[in-house]
Amino acid sequence: MEELKKVIVPIGPYHPLLEEPEYFQLFCDGEEVVDVEWIAGYNHRGIEKLAESKHWDQVTFLVERICGICSTSHPFAYCNAVEDLAQIEIPERAKYIRSIIGELERLHSHLLWIGLAGHFLGYNTVFMWAWKYREGILDMFEMITGNRNHYAMFRIGGVRRNIEDEDIPILKKTLSEVEGKIKMLTEAVIDDPVLSARLKGVGILNKEDIKNYGAVGPIARASGVDIDVRKDDPYAAYNLVDWKMITTNNGDVFDKAVVRLLECFESIKIINQSLDRIKGTKGEIWKEVREIPKGEGIGRHEAPRGEVFHYIRSDGRASSPIRHKIRAPSYVNIPTFKASCIGETISDVCIILAGVDPCYCCTERIAVYDKEKKKKVYSFEDLVKKSIEKTEKIKKEIGKESKLWKKLF
Amino acid sequence: MIEKLREKLGEKIKEINISNKKRIYITIDSKDLKDVIKTIFYEMGARYQIVTGIENFNNFELLYHFSFDKEDGIIVSVKTFIEKERPEIESLIDIIPGISYIEREIWELLGINFIGHTNLKHFLLREDWQEGLYPLRKGVKKDGRT
Repeated sequence: MEELKKVIVPIGPYHPLLEEPEYFQLFCDGEEVVDVEWIAGYNHRGIEKLAESKHWDQVTFLVERICGICSTSHPFAYCNAVEDLAQIEIPERAKYIRSIIGELERLHSHLLWIGLAGHFLGYNTVFMWAWKYREGILDMFEMITGNRNHYAMFRIGGVRRNIEDEDIPILKKTLSEVEGKIKMLTEAVIDDPVLSARLKGVGILNKEDIKNYGAVGPIARASGVDIDVRKDDPYAAYNLVDWKMITTNNGDVFDKAVVRLLECFESIKIINQSLDRIKGTKGEIWKEVREIPKGEGIGRHEAPRGEVFHYIRSDGRASSPIRHKIRAPSYVNIPTFKASCIGETISDVCIILAGVDPCYCCTERIAVYDKEKKKKVYSFEDLVKKSIEKTEKIKKEIGKESKLWKKLF
Repeated sequence: MIEKLREKLGEKIKEINISNKKRIYITIDSKDLKDVIKTIFYEMGARYQIVTGIENFNNFELLYHFSFDKEDGIIVSVKTFIEKERPEIESLIDIIPGISYIEREIWELLGINFIGHTNLKHFLLREDWQEGLYPLRKGVKKDGRT
C-alpha cells in the first residue's frame, strides 16, 4: 500500500531546465520528495573506447570534447596522467601557463553557474549580470588561445602556445575590470534577502554524505571538507603561487554559491601572480616526448566542479593507450542527490539539482570581420536587424507556403 | 604510507608496486576485497575515487582507486583479478553507497557481475540493449560489432 501512495514526477530526459539530457525520477508523497532515481546515458559517446584507437597526442583533443564548459579540465588531467606514467617534468613556463588557463576556466565556469542558479530561481538580474561579466573572461581566452571555448592549449610535455609579453598588460587590465564586477555580484548575492530565504538550509549535505558518495570540489568544500587537488597533490604552478582554499560549514546551496564566488577571487590571485612571473622571462613551453613507456599512470586536476580523474595504461608498444578511464566530478557529485533531495519539497529540488552544477555548453556568436579594412562589417544593431528580418522571412514562408503549417492551423 | 599499508593489511597484500612516491598499486586476492576496502575506507580514512575495469588477455582486472588527500595526496589503487570463465565479484555497495553507479557501469560495459548489488540494471545503455554484448570488451569494435 505504501508504494501506491508515491507519485513519480519525471524531470527530463529533455527538459528546459536541464542543460543536457539526463533523467531524474522524483518519487513524491504529496509535496515531499521521498526518493530520487537518476538515469543517464543520453549523452554517452563512448570516449573511453574511442581513446583506445587514437594516438597519444590525438587523445588530448578527444578528451577536450568531453565537456564544452570545462573543456581544459580533461586535457589537463590526461596530460598529468601521461606525465605521471612517463615521469616527465614540464618546463616552468608551461606550468604557469597551464595554471592560468585552468584558473580562467574556473572563473568563467563559476560565473556561468551563478548566472544559471539565478535564472532557475527566477532572479534573472543575477543571470544577466553574471553572463555579461563572463564575456571579459572569454575575451581573455580568445586573446591567449584564439578560441573562446575549445582552447587546444595542452600537449603532453607542456603547452602549445605561449603568452606573449605584449599581451600581458591588456590581460591584467581585463582581469581587474572583471574582478570589480565579481565583487559587486558577490556582495549582491550574499546580501540579498530573497536569495538567502530561498537557498539557506536547502539541500544540506553533511561530512558523512560527502565521504559516502565521494563528492568533490565546491560541493565538498561547502560542507567543510577541505579537499582540493591543487593543494593536496600540487601540480602545474599551484604550489609556486600564494592562494588559499575556501571552505564553509553549512553544506546548503547558499554555501555552495558562496564557495564558488569566493573562489573566483583566489583564481584571480593565481592568474595575476602567474602573469607577473612569466612577464619578461623567456623559456621553453614544451618538452619533446618521443615515446610512452610501458606502465600505468593517474592524473587529476581540480576542475571548476571538482576533481577530474584520468587513469591510463600503456603496453609500451601501441601508439595509443590500452585503457583510458575517465571520471568527471559530476559522476560522484550527482549521486549525492540521494542525500540532499530526500525530504525536501519539489520546488526546492530544482535548485538542489542545479546546486552541483551539472555541465553545460552553449556558445553562439557571430562576428563578421573585414581583414583588409580591419573593421567589423556588421555592428550589433545590424545583427539584430538581420535577425528580425530573418524571423519575418521565416514567418512569411511558413505562413503562406508550408503545407505542414496549414495542416496544423 | 607503505609501512602503514603493510601493518594494517599484512598478509592480504600479494604485491606492492610503487610507480612513484605518490602512486601506490597493491594487488590483493578477490576474496579479501571487502576486508581490504573496509580497512582503507573506514580505518585509514581514504576518499573513494572510482573503480576502473580492464579486460586483459586472460582475465579481468578491477582497480579501486582511493585518495589520501591529507597525506601528500597519495593515491592507493587496489588491484584484483577475476577469471574470465566466472566474471563475478562481491559488490561493495554496503560499504560505499556511492559505488553503486560505477558497478552498474562496469556490469553493462564489461560484463562483470557484482554479487549483492540490489539494483543491477542498465544505466548508460538502452534498456533493450542486446544481452551478452559488452561494448568495452576488446573483441567489440567501435561500431558495436564483434
